[in-house]
Amino acid sequence: MNHIILSLFSVVMSLFLWGTNASAFCGFYVGKADTKLFNKASEVVIARHDNKTVITMANDFKGEVKEFAMVVPVPTVLDQDQIHIGDAAVLKHLADYSAPRLVEYFDENPCVRYELMERRSLDMAKNMAPASASARERDTALGVTVEAQYTIGEYDILILSAKESHGLETWLAENGYKIPHGASTVLHSYLKQDMKFFVAKVNLTEQSKLGFTHLRPIQIAFESPKFMLPIRLGTINADGAQELFIYTLTKQGRVETTNYRTVRLPEAQEVPLYVKDKFGDFYRDLFTQQVKREHERGVFLEYAWDMTWCDPCAANPLSADELKNLGVFWQERPNVKQRGGTMPQVQNVFLTRLHVRYDAAHFPEDVMFQETSDRNNFQARYILRHTWTGTDECPAATAYRQQLRERYEHEAQTLANLTGWNIGAIRHAMNLASSPEGTVRKWYQQLWAN
Amino acid sequence: MGQDKGTSQPSEPSVWRDPRFYQIASLSTLLLYGLLVLHFDISIWQIVITISTAQLMQYVGTRYFHLLFFDPKSALISSLSLCLLLRTNDCAVAALAAGIAIGSKFVIRWKDKHIFNPTNLALVVILASGLGWISPGQWGQVAWFGFLIACLGSLVVTRAARADVTLTFLTFYVGLLVARALWLGDPFTIPLHQIESGALLIFSFFMISDPKTTPDSRTGRIVFALIVALTALYIQFHFFKPNGPLWGLIACSPLAPLLDRLFPGVRYDWSNPATGYAPAAVPLSLSVQPQRRFS
Repeated sequence: MNHIILSLFSVVMSLFLWGTNASAFCGFYVGKADTKLFNKASEVVIARHDNKTVITMANDFKGEVKEFAMVVPVPTVLDQDQIHIGDAAVLKHLADYSAPRLVEYFDENPCVRYELMERRSLDMAKNMAPASASARERDTALGVTVEAQYTIGEYDILILSAKESHGLETWLAENGYKIPHGASTVLHSYLKQDMKFFVAKVNLTEQSKLGFTHLRPIQIAFESPKFMLPIRLGTINADGAQELFIYTLTKQGRVETTNYRTVRLPEAQEVPLYVKDKFGDFYRDLFTQQVKREHERGVFLEYAWDMTWCDPCAANPLSADELKNLGVFWQERPNVKQRGGTMPQVQNVFLTRLHVRYDAAHFPEDVMFQETSDRNNFQARYILRHTWTGTDECPAATAYRQQLRERYEHEAQTLANLTGWNIGAIRHAMNLASSPEGTVRKWYQQLWAN
Repeated sequence: MGQDKGTSQPSEPSVWRDPRFYQIASLSTLLLYGLLVLHFDISIWQIVITISTAQLMQYVGTRYFHLLFFDPKSALISSLSLCLLLRTNDCAVAALAAGIAIGSKFVIRWKDKHIFNPTNLALVVILASGLGWISPGQWGQVAWFGFLIACLGSLVVTRAARADVTLTFLTFYVGLLVARALWLGDPFTIPLHQIESGALLIFSFFMISDPKTTPDSRTGRIVFALIVALTALYIQFHFFKPNGPLWGLIACSPLAPLLDRLFPGVRYDWSNPATGYAPAAVPLSLSVQPQRRFS
């Protein structure tokens, strides 16, 4: 029985969907960048108010489930009713709702010109808004105490405390857990900080009884002043950097990291139309480029929004029940009377989605957070602008056609700059050389043009 | 670092010995770098409002308390520090913070010294009321190293008499973080990462070093720096609150008058920086300057 220790968790993924939801201000939604794009990605939802915290940890463990195990440092010993099995569908809904998105606009006939005003209003709108007796003796000899053990859903869960890390390491090894080399130092540090260890593995009998084929997310609820995520164990045996998506649900406002730089991703950039067919590649390369720019030390803000609405919507906002499922406990839930009956209305929930690519060299310390009073909305939104192809003739239409070439070039450069793609290849893909306007004339050619 | 001769020399009251010029230059550079390269979450309007409110308050205070002349330098340093640290979505909050900072200098006083560092008090009031926040993680490594060098450089250039409190605080604070890492068995990259905050540098070089709110004698200042460092770390690692030094200084500031009593020294004068040793002849230079200073 060899369990591979996953320091935190691995991915929950979802299908890459293309939809077309019409929307008001922020363009017509055409697609989103899925968390599935990234390898070795994990997802965590933290719902927190005052010191009360609910953490949902999701897995997309691909190997044999009997080999799955998870060790998470936790600040307190957890009772059975502090542990819950979540719903992967809700987490997927949250990921879809907050995903980086692609929108499109269509240029108006320049002969009827109010486009400029509309663009300004768009920018404004963004802000508006089990152990036998002998085993027990062995535990004592190693200084390890099994504080509690439960079977919840398809998981066998242990809460361990220990006197010293070597004892804990030996205990884990003797009980069939594969401990990565170098874990001892990190375990030692957590023990000194009075942390306990939450260890989960799959109970195969329970799993077959329940009939689930996938591993459902595990949720823990506790009270602690620590607003943090332990990532250090995850960096020990990792080959290369790991991806982590952190969703926080808070009452007051946006959440940011206090010991790493939280960086907003570039947003509202106009990119060439052909990106529509490769938005996944575009977003993955954009993210990699931003990580490099921040010297691999940044935590990136992908979405920050009040849970009551979205514009454009990559998925509908989560219902009050779904939020409750993810640990939002502070909603008073006034029921809104509707024709079909009453429906609980979401209130006072602010979502922040952070994306981090981390390794031991650049992220030596666990990630610490703080909640700010910032309720400004932010979304990683990228824009396709379709040109007007009408045949009307007027001075404005001539001017419009003349500036198109410059606009295409600007879009090409934006794309190259955002993703690190080769500018020549981009121009080629855009058919820039063969565009109707021909090549751009130099200033002196324009000066002495005949 | 400080020199005793500062007190006994009649010294040319050289304007350029005033360390505040260097402080203003390094803070402004950092703010520009923050705006242009690091994209700090602050609008130009917030900067304009913060600086002008601070100057206005300084002017009103100067007139109301009949000071000899209007000196914009300290108020400018306070407002630049606020711009670097305070984040809010409301310009009124920025104005309120600047108002609290400069206003407190004139109002909250004990024996002709203000008790709280103006920027520190304003930040703590805004944080406690939930009107704004500080982003302690907003600094990149480049900015941090550059700023560290600028700060240390200004200490050397100005031969700042009150560098002792800064250096003592940093030594205790960093020393205790390293000691904690040793105790936990953590690699040294962790304490190194923990000190890599521009906010810590602003705190050490511009707040706790404020000669007007620290004890007058060197012994007093060293004791003060130790107490602040211990309080800051306690807040950080016991209550898990960010910005430990800010809360630590505000909690310890009322101790400064007490330490002045235990270890008497000479009051600081910006135009004549001194360590604060009190040889017999010195109080004379104070007595000929009956004018209260609020800078």
